[in-house]
Amino acid sequence: MARITKEEVKHVAKLARLAVTEEEAEMFTNQLDAIIGYAEQLKELDTDGVEPTTHVLDMKNVLREDEAKPWLTREEALKNTPDTQNGLIKVPAVLE
Amino acid sequence: MSLFEKKISELHELLHKKEMKVSELVDASFSRISEVDDKVKAFLTLNEEGAREQAKYLDSKMGTDEMRGLLFGLPIGVKDNISTKGLRTTCGSQLLANFEPVFDAAVVERLKKAETVTVGKLNMDEFAMGSSNENSGFFQTRNPWNTDYVPGGSSGGSAAAVAAGEVFFSLGSDTGGSIRQPAAYCGVVGLKPTYGRVSRFGLVAFASSLDQIGPITNSVEDNAFLFQAISGYDKMDSTSANVKNQDYTAALTGDIQGLKIAVPKEYIGEGVDEDVKNRIMDALKVLEGLGAEWEEVSLPHSKYGVATYYLLASSEASSNLARFDGVRYGVRTENADNLLELYNHTRSEGFGNEVKRRIMLGTFALSSGFYDAYYKKAQKVRTLIKNDFDEVFEKYDVILGPTAPTTAFKIGAKTDDPLTMYANDILTIPVNLAGVPAISVPCGLSNGLPVGLQIIGKAFDESTIYRVAHAYEHATDHHQNKPQL
Repeated sequence: MARITKEEVKHVAKLARLAVTEEEAEMFTNQLDAIIGYAEQLKELDTDGVEPTTHVLDMKNVLREDEAKPWLTREEALKNTPDTQNGLIKVPAVLE
Repeated sequence: MSLFEKKISELHELLHKKEMKVSELVDASFSRISEVDDKVKAFLTLNEEGAREQAKYLDSKMGTDEMRGLLFGLPIGVKDNISTKGLRTTCGSQLLANFEPVFDAAVVERLKKAETVTVGKLNMDEFAMGSSNENSGFFQTRNPWNTDYVPGGSSGGSAAAVAAGEVFFSLGSDTGGSIRQPAAYCGVVGLKPTYGRVSRFGLVAFASSLDQIGPITNSVEDNAFLFQAISGYDKMDSTSANVKNQDYTAALTGDIQGLKIAVPKEYIGEGVDEDVKNRIMDALKVLEGLGAEWEEVSLPHSKYGVATYYLLASSEASSNLARFDGVRYGVRTENADNLLELYNHTRSEGFGNEVKRRIMLGTFALSSGFYDAYYKKAQKVRTLIKNDFDEVFEKYDVILGPTAPTTAFKIGAKTDDPLTMYANDILTIPVNLAGVPAISVPCGLSNGLPVGLQIIGKAFDESTIYRVAHAYEHATDHHQNKPQL
């Protein structure tokens, strides 16, 4: 049985904001199916009662005072922006 | 002897005695680059003007008490996922082909304080995803030992540039082996520090719970010098560990009498090339001769490392790479009539297939209905892998084995099947999952290609790693082998 279908791959691509062609969807389905199949080996292990590790250092929230400090100027912040207008970032229409 | 075979400490002395100028060193670096980089293709961007200007400025400080930097005047190359203000930083991706950072990464600020000269940015697998530099969005970096072979990855450019004598040292980053594996393949020294030891501020994030920046050099001593300059607490990185930094060069005593070495049977077993295994056994004999003892141990969950890593790293990447949408920076698609198309087409046109594959794998592993079975399961196995290391380190000072199961492979040999490529990182990945430090040092050749010895240490005990690596290097002459280009 396939572990991931072509429809699921298309759905995941949509969630990840990736446009994929029909041929790409086919290729990624085969490759992802093999990778997920390989990952299935983790199921051999009994992990009941094992705590998940999200982070190796035993750190909790790192807090600091909320102080305003100079950082990038508007000009610097927009230096790499593909399209701007009046010091703002310009994108195509969000709503029709 | 070529300038590039000298140690940092020797060059430091030459500069301090005014027997050499910084501009001569920088000239030597650029002339070597123009001589060999057509073949090696390590550099994505050269900083010729900036470097020469910096050299002139440092030359004006020579002989004054302003000459303070630990690495004064030494040319360095920086992996292209580390932010350099005003110097193009692409992460090996077409999506960032035009990106010029507006601030320096913390490590780059530290390099400036140490007074190195950045000569350029080094090629890599796109967003550090790969083991061969075949995933660079620009071109293939080649192994200086044999240009038909891969340099390793993802810090392939960083390792190849040092091996080819284009720079004295470089910075790489390591998420699942990306410093150590290319260092092994190119016959140079590469350290993956303890997670939290080096600030990640300004390192373009791939998998935030695994990424670390580290030094790539010709010798262990050089490595300790560069590590000293870049390591230590940084309040700008919330995962930076507030742990006292050590004097790493003080660890280079050569004394390893009574050292306890663990050799995991999984690291010298099935899948590891016989010749690679023999080089490791030779290295163990050398260390025994220096007074160390070794025993075989087991890291029983090693074989689950690759699967665990690909689920976790890809999940983190799917979130981290969401920022590349063509809105604020990067190469924006020209084929979009609305915002959604702008995102979709910018990403599809800008990312290569390996990056897309991992983003999709991560999105899948985090998606509703699959989260517990894949992502959370992998996090639990990560705990088991980390526990394996903790147990061994209760009795032993270091863990030793090969860095990679084989030497470098031919360009194109593994591109058809992602899983074959992933298996290459089987001996380096568990170290990142456990968060501990490890170094790769040259330990001889196999069919004319370098083999890397991996020395893994306890968390925040880079000093012991350096002590062992230095003692080994001192007792052998493998590090003096240089590729003929």
